[in-house]
Amino acid sequence: MSSDSGGEYWRANIRLVIGCLVVWFVVSYGCGILFAKALNNIHILGGYPLGFWFAQQGSIYTFVVLIFFYAWRMNQLDIKFGVQED
Amino acid sequence: MSLQLMTYLVVGATFALYIFIAIKARAATTGEFYVAGKGVHPVLNGMATGADWMSAASFISMAGLIAFKGYDASVFLMGWTGGYCLLAMLLAPYLRKYGKFTVPEFIGDRYYSNIARVVAVICLITASLTYVIGQMKGIGVAFSRFLELPFETGLFVGMAIVFIYAVMGGMKGVTYTQIAQYCVLIFAYTVPAVFISLHLTGNAIPQLGLGAHMGGDANNMFLLDKLDKTLVDLGFHEYTLQKGNTLNIFLYTLSLMIGTAGLPHVITRFFTVPKVKDARSSVGWSLVFIAILYTTAPAVGAMARLNLMETIHPTSGENAGQWLKYDERPTWFKNWEKTGLLKFEDKNGDGRIQYVGDTEKNEMVKVDRDIMVLANPEIAKLPNWVIALVAAGGIAAALSTAAGLLLAIASSISHDLLKGIVAPDMSDKSELMASRIAMACAIGVAGYFGLHPPGFAAQVVALAFGLAASSIFPALMMGIFVKRINNVGAVCGMLSGLGITLVYIFWFKGWFFVASTAMAANTPDNWFLGIAPEAFGAVGAMVNFAVAYIVSSITPAPPEHIQHLVEDIRVPGIVKR
Repeated sequence: MSSDSGGEYWRANIRLVIGCLVVWFVVSYGCGILFAKALNNIHILGGYPLGFWFAQQGSIYTFVVLIFFYAWRMNQLDIKFGVQED
Repeated sequence: MSLQLMTYLVVGATFALYIFIAIKARAATTGEFYVAGKGVHPVLNGMATGADWMSAASFISMAGLIAFKGYDASVFLMGWTGGYCLLAMLLAPYLRKYGKFTVPEFIGDRYYSNIARVVAVICLITASLTYVIGQMKGIGVAFSRFLELPFETGLFVGMAIVFIYAVMGGMKGVTYTQIAQYCVLIFAYTVPAVFISLHLTGNAIPQLGLGAHMGGDANNMFLLDKLDKTLVDLGFHEYTLQKGNTLNIFLYTLSLMIGTAGLPHVITRFFTVPKVKDARSSVGWSLVFIAILYTTAPAVGAMARLNLMETIHPTSGENAGQWLKYDERPTWFKNWEKTGLLKFEDKNGDGRIQYVGDTEKNEMVKVDRDIMVLANPEIAKLPNWVIALVAAGGIAAALSTAAGLLLAIASSISHDLLKGIVAPDMSDKSELMASRIAMACAIGVAGYFGLHPPGFAAQVVALAFGLAASSIFPALMMGIFVKRINNVGAVCGMLSGLGITLVYIFWFKGWFFVASTAMAANTPDNWFLGIAPEAFGAVGAMVNFAVAYIVSSITPAPPEHIQHLVEDIRVPGIVKR
C-alpha cells in the first residue's frame, strides 16, 4: 500500500507501541494462558502458583504499569519532536 | 438498628448525594452535554471511567463467576482490563485530538461516508441498549432483595434518579455523579473483602491474603492449596488449573479485550479531558481504579468458595467430615432459598446437604453465582452496616454504567442522526433540547425492557462485546493507523466483521436469540474449533481488518483532505503545512 511511514515521530511512536504490546501479550497470553501450566510449578508471594498469579493478578498490574510507561515515553517524544500541545 | 432501616438510610444518603451533584453540575451547552466541556481532570475522569465501566455484572456477578470457574474465569479478569492497554495506545489519545463529540462522528468523517456513520450508530445503539437492560435488571434485583420493595418500584426509582442527573447534566452531570458512585462502590466492595481476608488468613490485604497460609500460620496449608484439595476431594475440578480448551480461552480473552477498547460509552469518556496527554494518562488512572476491584475479586471469589464449602462440609471442628444437616442450615441459606437463587434437593433422603461435583449425587441443585458477593458478608457474619453498604454499592455500579450507556445512545441519536444527517442546520440550543429528549426516551426504552426483559437478556453481553470487537474497534484503529483505508473498504470491513460474528452467535443461540431457531446445540462439541460464541468477536475483528485492507487496496485512495485529517490526529499539537 501507499507510504504510511508518516515521519520520524510516528515511527518512534509505532516502535514504542509495538514494544509495549509485546509485553502486554507476553504477560497475559504467554504467562497467563499458554505457559501458565508450566509456570504453576513456581510459587510466589507465598502460595500463589505463578501461572495462576499472572492470570488473575500479575497481568493486571503489568497493564497498569505499561499504560503509564507509554504515556510517560510519549510525552517525552512529543517534546523531542516539538509536537506537544501549546 | 434493623438491617432494613440501615439499608434504607445508606441507600437514601447516596441518592441524596447524586441528586445534589446533579443540581450543581447542569449542562448549558452541547459541549457540556456531550463531553463535559472537555474540562475533566484526568484522575477524576479515571474514577468516572471506573464507575462507568464496572457494571452490576462486575460488582455482583464476577466474583461469583470466579468462585465457581476458578482459573478459567481469568478470561474476564484479563479481558476486561487488558483492553485498556489497546485503548491507551491505539485509540484514546488520537480520538481526543480529533476533538469531536461521538464515536460514530469520527467514523463518518474519517471515512467521508454517512453510511459508515449510520453503521456505527446502529452498532453503538445495539451494543449499548442490550448492555443497559442488564443494568436495569440489576437495579431492580438489588432493590427487591435489600429494601424488600417490589422489582418494579426499584426499577422506577432507579430510572427517576438517572433521569434527574443525566437529562439535566448530560456528560457533565454523569461524570461527577460517576465519581461519587465510584467511591461508594469501591468502598462497598473492598470492606467485606478485607474482613474476609483477615478472618481466613490474618492478612488485611485480600490480594496478599489469597496467596497466604490459612489463619496466617505458616504450619497451615496455603489457602489456594486448601481450596484445591477441598474441591478435588468432593469431586470438583481443581481451582487453580485450566479446565477449558486453550484456543477458546485465548480467543475469549482477546475478544473481551478488543471489545472493551471498542465500547463507545468507554471511549467517549476520554473526550472529556483537556489535552491529548491527559487522555493517555487518564486511561492509566482508569485502569488503576478498575484494578482495585479486579484484583480484589479473585480473592473474594476463592475465599467465598472456601467459606461455602466449609459451611456445608467442615474439614475441622466437631462436625469435621460430615455434611451439614438441612435443619441446622444458617439464616443466609434460608433467605436465599426464598429468592430461588439457592436450591436444595434431598436426593438420598438423609436430611443432610451433600454438595459434590458428581451431578447425579449433588444435592445443591442450584447455587446462583450472584449470591457469592451479595451473601458474602452474611456468610462471613459481618456487621449490618457492611451488608447495607453492599446494597448501596451494587446500586451505584448499576446506575453509573446505565447512565454512561444511555448518554452514548442519546448522543448518537441527537448528534449523529439528527444534527449529523437529518437536520445539519439545527442550532446549538435546539440540539441541546433534542439531546435531552433523546436521553429521556432512551431511559424510557431501557426501563420498558427492564420490566419486560426479552428472553435473550442473559445472552446479550456476548452480543455487546462481539459487536464492539468486530465492527467498531477495527474501524477506529485502521482509521488512525492505516491512511490508505477508504470509505468502501471500511464499510465492507465493518459489515463483514459484524456479519460473521452475528451469524456465529445466532447459529448457536438462535436467530435473533429465538432459541428454537438455533442451527446447532450450543455445546463445545459443535463449536468451530471449540470456539464459544462469546469468544468469536476476535475472529470477526480479523475478518474486518482483512476485508477492509483488501477492498481498500483495489479501490481509489481517500481524498487528500482525509489524508491530512489522519496526519493531524497523529500528533498532539498543530501540524504545519
